[in-house]
Amino acid sequence: MTYTMWIILTASLVGLSCGVIGVFLILRKQAMMADAISHTVLLGIVIAYMVTQQVSGTGMLIGGILAGILTAFLVQMLHSLKVQHDASLGIVFTTLFAVGVILISTSVGNVHLDVQHALMGEITFIPFTTVEIPLIGAVPKATALLTVVLILVIFFIIAFYKEWKITSFDPALAASLGIPVIFFHYLFMTLVSVTTVASFDAVGAILVVAMLITPAASAYLWTDKLMWMLILSGGFGVLSAVIGYWIATWLDTSISGSMAFATGCIFLFGFLLSPKHGLISRWVRPEAWKEEHVS
Amino acid sequence: MWSTLLHSNTIWVLLSTMILGFAAGGIGCLAYWKRQNLMSDALSHAALPGVVVAFFIIQEKNLLLLVIGAAASALLGAFLIQWITNASRITEDTAMGMTLSVFYGVGIMLLSIANRSAGGNQSGLNSFIYGQAAAMVRSDVITMVVLAGIVILIIFIGFKEWKLYLFDAAFAKGIGMSVRSMNVLYTIVLVTTIVIGIQAVGVILMAAMLIIPAVSARYWTHSFRNMILLSSLVGGAAGALGTWISSTGSGLPTGPFIVLVSAAIFAISLLFGKEKGIIIRFIQFKVQQRDSERNQFVMDKGGSQ
Repeated sequence: MTYTMWIILTASLVGLSCGVIGVFLILRKQAMMADAISHTVLLGIVIAYMVTQQVSGTGMLIGGILAGILTAFLVQMLHSLKVQHDASLGIVFTTLFAVGVILISTSVGNVHLDVQHALMGEITFIPFTTVEIPLIGAVPKATALLTVVLILVIFFIIAFYKEWKITSFDPALAASLGIPVIFFHYLFMTLVSVTTVASFDAVGAILVVAMLITPAASAYLWTDKLMWMLILSGGFGVLSAVIGYWIATWLDTSISGSMAFATGCIFLFGFLLSPKHGLISRWVRPEAWKEEHVS
Repeated sequence: MWSTLLHSNTIWVLLSTMILGFAAGGIGCLAYWKRQNLMSDALSHAALPGVVVAFFIIQEKNLLLLVIGAAASALLGAFLIQWITNASRITEDTAMGMTLSVFYGVGIMLLSIANRSAGGNQSGLNSFIYGQAAAMVRSDVITMVVLAGIVILIIFIGFKEWKLYLFDAAFAKGIGMSVRSMNVLYTIVLVTTIVIGIQAVGVILMAAMLIIPAVSARYWTHSFRNMILLSSLVGGAAGALGTWISSTGSGLPTGPFIVLVSAAIFAISLLFGKEKGIIIRFIQFKVQQRDSERNQFVMDKGGSQ
């Protein structure tokens, strides 16, 4: 495969896995948790680097996952101590992020880990570090990692589909049915962290948020069925990856930035034109719109 | 140690982060009671494209003009969040997450174009992302101090109005106050604080300067007036102390140290706070437990007789 194809494939994998996991972020009303985790994952990666002294996929993955779970846990703890939920989110992620930045700028100081790279991602370098996989041949490391993560995410979603559905839409019912809601909360946070770490190399810490939230929010405007929302959101993710790449080569600018921009454009399209929830339908058929939204 | 502190530029930077922290602590209280803590995070990210566009237009780094650009794009972000939340079934936190990440993405797009063009790399635009208080020159400091001073003035002069607006909007309307114009004023003050802060502490950590002092102050007082005062003082102290620590070593970033100092103050408040601190609550719990045990004992005795 050519250099360009690898980049597009990697970006599409990011779009797909983020899009699918993002659906539950929106439905569980934890969109800003994605923002928090994407920042704190930086700390996990830095510490993993300090411990192992190398930029290895597994070490970073474990560090990132632990940081993500730590974030979810600390936010929960502060909230149970009567701090407003969004305030505890703000305190936890800024503090952990600050620790990460200080560690980078004082002790690590390595080219592989400059903050800029971590925050913006460098998808153009991805095809240069490859691993040999039997039957397929040389595959870029990040692409292989993303494929594994995607399979993992889809596996967990299908395996616990019913549980995800109930815990997302009606946590009280789920608890009364004996579904371990807390366990699923932390399992979900783990999945979000895994996806974030895997996408980290490609799109960087902050723009992962765009890939996680925006396609899912767009899909939410087009459908009321969970299955369709998952499919649409994954599709929008891939579409924004491809459009983003195209815009980036056209304007010769950052690929991850353009991908985020593309997700925004897709959302705007749905926001204006969606038959049920769009602005234009509200204007053309105010009666139907009112029926949908007021009742 | 004193030599670095007495170095004239450090004094200026210290002064500006202190005043910035003071203003951010005050406005953070308003955001806290409006339950919009994370709005500051969204708006500070949303300011990035404005900074870069302003730089494209004027082709030089003039803090005042960059701040105006930043404010324009942050206000656009605030408007979009409001609009998306009102006009569709997307919830506010989703709208905030989308706005912050998409605006930030556009900012990065523009920034990499600006960095490619001649002179863009030297403009120090990158310092807006991570914050670099030490790179501020005297004119930047003066711009910051004046704007922060105006913000502080607005908060303290309109103290009574803010209180009504936050806690009893219906009554405020009843006595003829315009809640809508208070809303506009609140957004403008919030955006101003954020955009002057991002030069010093960066887009990402600006949220901490608004959120942490307010939450910490909440642990020491029930009165709104004292909370605003305390929160401003905490913010100012964290700003000054953080800047001082980062100036003792070379290459230490300012923003993260300010955040760490505020986080330390928060941890102390959480533990020892007079109102609802962990230790106080534990003692109250124990006292109550003992009292109820004694009552139980008395009742048992009374019952047996």
